[in-house]
Amino acid sequence: MQALTNRVKVVERKPMTFMERTYLPGIFKGMMITFGHMFKKKPTVNYPEKTRPFSAVFRGLHVLNRDEEGRERCTACGLCAVACPAEAITMEAAERLPGEEKLYREEKYAVKYEINMLRCIFCGLCEEACPKDAIYLSETFAPSNFTRKGFIYGKEELLIPDPVMEPEAYAKARGEHVVKTSDPAAK
Amino acid sequence: MHELLLQFDWLLLIEKSVLILIIISVSLVIAMYETYAERKVAAVMQDRRGPNRAGPFGLLQPLADGLKLFMKEEIIPASSNRLLFILGPGLAMLTAMMTSAVIPWSSHIEIGGKTIHLQIADVNIGILYIFGVVSMGVYGVMIGGWASNNKFSLMAALRGASQIISYELAMGLSIIALLMMTGSLSLKTIVEQQQAPGALYNFFYQPLGFLIFLVCAFAECNRTPFDLSEADSELNMGFHQEYSSMKLGFYLFAEYINVFISSAVMSTLYFGGYDIPFVNDAALGQHIGQNWLASLEALSLIVKVVAFIFFFMWVRWTVPRFRYDQLMNLGWKVMIPLALANMLGTGFFILLRGH
Repeated sequence: MQALTNRVKVVERKPMTFMERTYLPGIFKGMMITFGHMFKKKPTVNYPEKTRPFSAVFRGLHVLNRDEEGRERCTACGLCAVACPAEAITMEAAERLPGEEKLYREEKYAVKYEINMLRCIFCGLCEEACPKDAIYLSETFAPSNFTRKGFIYGKEELLIPDPVMEPEAYAKARGEHVVKTSDPAAK
Repeated sequence: MHELLLQFDWLLLIEKSVLILIIISVSLVIAMYETYAERKVAAVMQDRRGPNRAGPFGLLQPLADGLKLFMKEEIIPASSNRLLFILGPGLAMLTAMMTSAVIPWSSHIEIGGKTIHLQIADVNIGILYIFGVVSMGVYGVMIGGWASNNKFSLMAALRGASQIISYELAMGLSIIALLMMTGSLSLKTIVEQQQAPGALYNFFYQPLGFLIFLVCAFAECNRTPFDLSEADSELNMGFHQEYSSMKLGFYLFAEYINVFISSAVMSTLYFGGYDIPFVNDAALGQHIGQNWLASLEALSLIVKVVAFIFFFMWVRWTVPRFRYDQLMNLGWKVMIPLALANMLGTGFFILLRGH
């Protein structure tokens, strides 16, 4: 039959020579291959000590942002909750009392802010919807918990560390994140 | 009665007991770290990292594994033969430990004017003793597989038993050629002959014999490519399928102790045992003292043994398992005729040289 492709390789079915029949050269060759592999560079990344670099637009767990003075940016307008296709966000608004100006930037703030991480699809629409740059998706990922309740993240889990009080923790939480809005205050 | 007690050499008893204790703990520790080394060697040969979580470089991994095995629930199947089920792993472990009795670990040390030979017993039929004990090892496999009352276990045990018995023949024949040369069955004498100035290691006189011995040692230890008795893909886990907890641990440990001991036997018979290569040991001993020499010699043996252990693992992660008929063909139709030819050839040369 005519060959359909030019990639046909004819297998030689010659009887094996004596050396081949002892199998020792073949075994030796195989052992050299495995030995050579001992000195190859391992492709493994030693997670969690080392992590792979993420792309700048990676969408991980959410962070509630603060401004430079450490005040919460969120005003509990609810736009993120509206934008959320998975309906993972719930919040309760409250009015800022006199004397709380150091804590909250605007007169209204979120007294309760919850994201259900099991519902969230990490699409990043909340980040796009937010007019105050109060929420963004960080580089942190792979949360673990013992209960489903533990995956409902409240303000304690979401809020970024204070940049004035704990600048190092703030920088770590912030990561290499690129701010995608045009709000000059956020930069 | 008192005279009888005084006549008895109590010092010798203490000396030997301490030696036994040391050697058994050393073989256990080496077996422990063999499990670690096995996983590490497998990993680096497959471009992985291997265990590296417990302790620095994962060095505490064997301890964690041992603890886990001790803590596991112990299940004895209701339909199994309880006595034999418990006897199996015990026997495997016992025979694995007994073999180390005749291996000379080093020459001798001198403490307080007393010479202590670093060998538990210099039996003049040392090799026969090893063979006897090793062939007892098949009972561990056989009893374990039989008592489990599991078809796979029984099949694996039958395979294991027939494999060990078949390869023992070729092993014995390959050793006969060596013994014709050395003229002694004592391992100590064999080492001293190789240690003598100007003497080459037995490997250079008996390369074919060594090859046969090596292949048979793989088969005796149930290591890949001859691990038919625990072929995972065919028999789940083979003869120790029904075992759990430390009984399983005993079987696995026994295998690793066997690897250690057969490495020691191969180094002793074919690679000069505790002899330090390229060095005249006696002259070195006069220079640095007998005790230092003995420690160096023990170190030299350990290095040889570790090299062999690595070789065992290297082969395991390179060569695929034989099919059962291939195994039997190799054993009966290749190894035994080769060993016989080697024996006849050796006899011919000895006659020719007029020894």
